Amino acid sequence: MEITMITNIITWILQLIFVPIMAPLCVGITRKLKAKFQNRKGASIFQPYQDLQKLFGKDEIISKDASWIFRCAPYIVFTVTIVVGASIPLFASSINNTITSDLLVIVYTLAIGTFFLALAGIDTGSAFGGFGSSREMTMSALAEGGFIFSLLTMALISNSTNLFMISQNSLLLQGHFFLSTALAFCGFFIIVLAETARFPFDNPSTHLELTMIHEAMILEYSGKKLALMEWASANKLLIFIAIASNLFFPFGLAQDLSASAIILGIIVFTIKIGIFCLVIAILESSIAKFRFFRLPDLLIIAFILNVIAIILIY
Amino acid sequence: MMSTIIPQIIFFTVLSFFVIGGIGSLLFRKNDVLANRWSSFFAIFGSVIGLFFVALIIINGYDISFSLGTLVLPLFSVSFHIDKLSAFFIFIISLISLFCSVYAIGYVKHFYEKYNIGFLGFFYNMFILGMLLVVSSSNWLLFLIAWEVMSITSYFLVIYDRQDPQNVKAGFLYLIMTHVGTAFIVLAALLLYKFTDSFDFRVIQANSSLIPLSIKNIIFIFAIIGFGTKSGIIPFHIWLPDAHPAAPSHVSALMSGVMIKTGIYMMIRIFLYMIWPVPVWWGLALLILGSISSLMGVLYALTEHDIKRLLAYHSIENIGIILLGLGGALTFLSLNMPTPALLSLTAALFHTLNHATFKSLLFLSAGSIINQTHTRNMEEYGGLIKYMPYTALFFLVGSMAISALPPFNGFFSEWLTFQSLFQGIALLPLYEKLIFILAAGSLAFTGGLALACFVKAFGATFLARPRSAEISHAKESSFSLQVGMGGIALLCLLIGLYSGHIAIFLENIVKDLEVFKNTTSFMSVSGQSIVVEKGFGSVSSLLFFVFFVLVIALVIGVIKFVINRNQKIETGSTWDCGTDLAPRMEITATGFSRSIIMIFRGILRPSIQHDIEYHDAQSRYLPKSRTIIFGLHDVYQSYFYQPLYKMINAISSQTKKIQSGNTNAYILYIFIALIISLLFVLWR
Repeated sequence: MEITMITNIITWILQLIFVPIMAPLCVGITRKLKAKFQNRKGASIFQPYQDLQKLFGKDEIISKDASWIFRCAPYIVFTVTIVVGASIPLFASSINNTITSDLLVIVYTLAIGTFFLALAGIDTGSAFGGFGSSREMTMSALAEGGFIFSLLTMALISNSTNLFMISQNSLLLQGHFFLSTALAFCGFFIIVLAETARFPFDNPSTHLELTMIHEAMILEYSGKKLALMEWASANKLLIFIAIASNLFFPFGLAQDLSASAIILGIIVFTIKIGIFCLVIAILESSIAKFRFFRLPDLLIIAFILNVIAIILIY
Repeated sequence: MMSTIIPQIIFFTVLSFFVIGGIGSLLFRKNDVLANRWSSFFAIFGSVIGLFFVALIIINGYDISFSLGTLVLPLFSVSFHIDKLSAFFIFIISLISLFCSVYAIGYVKHFYEKYNIGFLGFFYNMFILGMLLVVSSSNWLLFLIAWEVMSITSYFLVIYDRQDPQNVKAGFLYLIMTHVGTAFIVLAALLLYKFTDSFDFRVIQANSSLIPLSIKNIIFIFAIIGFGTKSGIIPFHIWLPDAHPAAPSHVSALMSGVMIKTGIYMMIRIFLYMIWPVPVWWGLALLILGSISSLMGVLYALTEHDIKRLLAYHSIENIGIILLGLGGALTFLSLNMPTPALLSLTAALFHTLNHATFKSLLFLSAGSIINQTHTRNMEEYGGLIKYMPYTALFFLVGSMAISALPPFNGFFSEWLTFQSLFQGIALLPLYEKLIFILAAGSLAFTGGLALACFVKAFGATFLARPRSAEISHAKESSFSLQVGMGGIALLCLLIGLYSGHIAIFLENIVKDLEVFKNTTSFMSVSGQSIVVEKGFGSVSSLLFFVFFVLVIALVIGVIKFVINRNQKIETGSTWDCGTDLAPRMEITATGFSRSIIMIFRGILRPSIQHDIEYHDAQSRYLPKSRTIIFGLHDVYQSYFYQPLYKMINAISSQTKKIQSGNTNAYILYIFIALIISLLFVLWR
């Protein structure tokens, strides 16, 4: 009894801190891989941690036009990613979370972050921020259908909208569910790129480009608040990779809370993160950013793929 | 005997408070202050007793019905029937009226010495009275009278600010549309009477098996047109975005939050109570209508830069979401699956309650802004959060609730609606499944677009720098306005936090309906979580909120006390690329939603008008000024209402030809008519 309590607590703490601890690494690996593709040496994979540390130590300048929305938004946006990060299957599928792990709760909690991020973009009254917010809301509004539906496809196969329950299901790749799972994954992968501001939707490594979305909204931030915003966006990337890898490829997740299973789960999950980072890096090195008005086509494709996937479930 | 007489007395006390409030304010119309206070205070007391009455009914499980006197008229009787469903709607009406009346005490002040306050108080009280009668009457004729009281008084409230010719025009459109709707309702009532020989709701229910299916279908279509016009279902919505903004804001809040729900109430009353059982296609039709209304409503809202029109379009969207619940319930029931139907209807009622709270909150906040800035155009706002911090906070709460962000109430009813639609996708055969997929898809996109729309509304109104000089004179609204708004804002949070218990409570109200007797429930509450169908889905709002607050406290604590090394926070100006920052550089409401409008241009049909004025009209080389007007092509006007209007006009002018003015011709007509009717009788 005592031991289960302790393992439970340890698992929950791991679950809570895993995303913020690992997320900068995930960004670092992607950047390193991209650098390799471009024949550069690239910065160390731990560079994002040093960036965060540097930013946390800096002074801040806040626009005189900014209101409390601008000041609070980084905390809310960051908290959202922590809450969501703790509510999705990372390394163990046996955690029983009936509070916040429902797929709609995840989608709409992430929407809280988007809402405050977009408001913070408008708040300083700069033209960049406003247009960044407008584009972000356009993209996220159109991505919502594909996002909910790709998770719904998995929910219908597993007969539960709880993400942990879905990740316990091993039927996904078998028999007649295979096609649905594959289609849903294709749809979800498009959503991953859209929601985490990756190619072909957004360019995560530029500033002052007229097409930028995410970076435009956080342009006025500095110091600690910028660090939180950057960290939150790294968390979001890891969250989407986690959902993609653990819902659609639920292998190696810890089925019980024994130490060996959890350690195995963490190792397998780290490998999966590496694979996804590689895929994203290859994609970003090989395709160009799309024109803004071409992007809805991609998002609608994601939605339609999932509609087909749902029809194929019987 | 005691148990039935006491609720009756309380019910009539409630009604009489509104009557006294209305007539009293008419009597004191010479004194603005007294008239306003009189009408508001009686409305407040009436609402409070109304809430007490509802508590009495629901806690004791009364199902009261009574008639007043025996009347000479054979078909008409002043008879009421208040079951739990009626009580629920009385609850919504009383709740929203309570806060709107508190708000009115301060809000109406700006009408002093401009218009007659006595009339406003009279129509306001009569309007609430009309709504209360609509949801409690159990006789078609009494219902129609109450319906007309509600419609006419709201018409007078819409044109109250009559110095603006736009408002008078909007009122006229409303008057016509609501009466077209009423005409269809009367037809439906007459059809019911023809086959059941009664105008009494319960007699109709008892004899509903006498109505043939084809007639039922016709009644369904008439009811959808009639009540759909009042509820603002697309394409019968055209009056709504004009009329709701025209009314004073506390009335807009009541119209948008409560009045349009009376249409939903009557749909439930007719479809699920009076003429049950119904064919499957009714539910599917409602699902399609709901999908169209929700998606198109939010798209039109995105195109608006008039803050109250934007909110009015969101009412259409939310009526669509309620219809998704109602349509789902009808479909499940007619396929003999009462358990998911129970879930769907509970979701619909929950969303009805939620929409009433957050939409009235948003309208009241909008009123508070307009009161200070004297314009409804969002392009002239900006930076109001610094001048009106409380209004901004309340508007933010309303925005988050309507965009279905947890832990506010809007999320949980949308969650239930989603869950019921998911059940449909999982359980039903292919044909029905496709329609449920359509419904769930439109609900998903609606959620995303609503979020975008409220980022735009809140951002353009409250954030960045003021875009007109008027803004810098704005002050926070007075205490009574803050109480009115703050009360509902708190309610939005509380309903969200206790959504599990409220959902179960609403389910009990639904179970009271005859069709749901002895239905097993999908939904349960364990701890603080709502659980749907043995763990298919579950959510706990209170624990979510606690979790969120704990994490945010942890984050702030770590940042402030661990990482903080006394870095300075300076205030500077926004990065301006070396120019002077002007309000023109901020994004506008129109600019914000332009990309979404361009993406949906196939549906929305945006139009751009250029006007260029030249220095020299002959040479046309040097433009003096350019004007660009963004607008929407009004699809309903040009493809539905305009042809209809032309057709009616053409028929009328054709009919006019037989009216020659010659008496001999008229006698001939009478003669021909006589011959035809004689032949008809003989042939029969």
